[in-house]
Amino acid sequence: MLRRRPSGSFLRLFDMKSFREKIIFYVLLGAASTSCIVVLLIFLFLGKEAFPFIWDPGLMELLRTRWVPVSYSEEIFGLIPLFTGSVVVTVLATVIMIPFGVLGAIYIAEMASNLERTVLKPFVEILAGIPSVVIGFFGLVVLSPIIKEAFGLQTGLTALTGAILLALMAIPTVISISEDAIRSVPRSYKEASLALGAGRMQTIWKVVVPAALPGIIAAIMLGMGRVIGETMVVLMVTGNAARISFDPFESVRTMTATIAAEMGEVAFGSHHYQALFWVGLVLLVITFGLNVVARKALKKYQMQG
Amino acid sequence: MKSKTKSRAARNKAWELLAAGLIRAVSYSIVVVIGYIVLDIVVKGLPAVNWDFISTFPRKSGSEGGILPAIVGTAYLVAGAIVVAMPLGMASAVYLSEYASQGRFTRIIRLAIITLAGVPSIVFGLFGLGLFVIFFGFGASILSGSLTLAFMILPTIIVSSEEALRAVPQSLREGSLALGATRWQTIYRNVLPYALPGMFTGSILGVGRAAGETAPILFTVAAFYLPRLPSSVFDQVMALPYHLYVLATQLPEAEKVLPLQYGTALVLLLLVLIFNLAAIVLRNHFRKKVQW
Repeated sequence: MLRRRPSGSFLRLFDMKSFREKIIFYVLLGAASTSCIVVLLIFLFLGKEAFPFIWDPGLMELLRTRWVPVSYSEEIFGLIPLFTGSVVVTVLATVIMIPFGVLGAIYIAEMASNLERTVLKPFVEILAGIPSVVIGFFGLVVLSPIIKEAFGLQTGLTALTGAILLALMAIPTVISISEDAIRSVPRSYKEASLALGAGRMQTIWKVVVPAALPGIIAAIMLGMGRVIGETMVVLMVTGNAARISFDPFESVRTMTATIAAEMGEVAFGSHHYQALFWVGLVLLVITFGLNVVARKALKKYQMQG
Repeated sequence: MKSKTKSRAARNKAWELLAAGLIRAVSYSIVVVIGYIVLDIVVKGLPAVNWDFISTFPRKSGSEGGILPAIVGTAYLVAGAIVVAMPLGMASAVYLSEYASQGRFTRIIRLAIITLAGVPSIVFGLFGLGLFVIFFGFGASILSGSLTLAFMILPTIIVSSEEALRAVPQSLREGSLALGATRWQTIYRNVLPYALPGMFTGSILGVGRAAGETAPILFTVAAFYLPRLPSSVFDQVMALPYHLYVLATQLPEAEKVLPLQYGTALVLLLLVLIFNLAAIVLRNHFRKKVQW
């Protein structure tokens, strides 16, 4: 005999179902919010450790032109030499990575045969996967002696050595994003140019590259973000002399390398400790800016295409 | 007149060939450089790598002996990172792909993920130091290091998981919803089974990245020289990338331990490359196999 369910139970059953759906929704929402929370916590905790520096010795201290964190007479926490160190290495690396990254992307997107593409793309992905400490080690034992010999220097640990390796590490980023940009140029542009009698290279140079330019620039900016934030390579191969110099053949010390080299030995809560957190904040703000601008450009560009 | 246009065409053709040749040469030079780096480390590292090297403890602050504790340490760190990051990342991706509307909140989440992906690894190290080591009082430990690495690889996992979810055709969802299934039933039975292989790709890439990073673990877990295995998550450990850094730069006679440095570099490189290759192969396999 079939017993009739009271209607209330059916309602409860239905509620259970939608209740479960709701719980799942909120769990997923919570998971998705962790990224926001982590970003907030990063700013919060870097700020928290850096904060007391504002009162003593004051923010003007950070604008001084020397970085002498350990001294019996006077400790100086000027970020300027570290900042110029990062700038020199980043500019050099960018100059090196642009031709390789952009031409590589053009080749993979427009010229390579299918066979070449199946070889080239994994190679670039392998390069992206090599740990930075391994690249740094290679630079230390193989590249820096070569640089020393080639330019007749006292030491091979220079800004140029670091920049070459950093360019190498940023090339996969530049290639993959530029390639996407080049691929998203409408075929009709190319066909129109070829139909008018332009050669293949002419078409690429005068039509495809200009049309993909916003994407390519965004790719370069993201590559620069990687370069400026990279730590182990510069720590190992740029010599780490904290002085203001724009000579690529001298040793420099970047912001990232300073944190990595000094945070381990610093007294907790000291001025030096707080100054290192300021270095971290400056890095965070620079990379944040580069990223946001690049992504905005990419997004706008994708909408057009 | 005629000869003039002819010579011009010839010149254009020469330029075309020259430019094409240049672009090809530049592209291949990248491959040559990558090949050279990998070969250099494989050739000079192979003689140092044997069973003893990977199964014994280091001696004399790392200048002799093996790298067992560094391998074990890296394994613990990576396992801890992935246990935290994989569920979080996959759940975030499901939310973003299946539930999120085009509102302000979604835009903020996406901005946060982009920001997180761009944060320099050394800044993650500072963050881990401030939050886990000091504020939560975990000290320099496996727990602090794993959590730091987990948040670093989170964006990688989210982005590729979402890509995998979006590749599942809309009609599969609509069919299920039209038959009266709820949203979660649809996702669980009709979307996730097809998206999971792609979602794992992101996690494998994350594992590779977590295994190779040095900067985030500098102040949160890595021990300079600790020739024993950890006994709890509150212990410090040695880790492969940091061990390579120490061997290469911190020992007084770095030249003498060059074979050990190459051996360590090779083990680390192989470990990371195996994970990356696995991810690439898995992704290509499923891109080919699943055609809608």
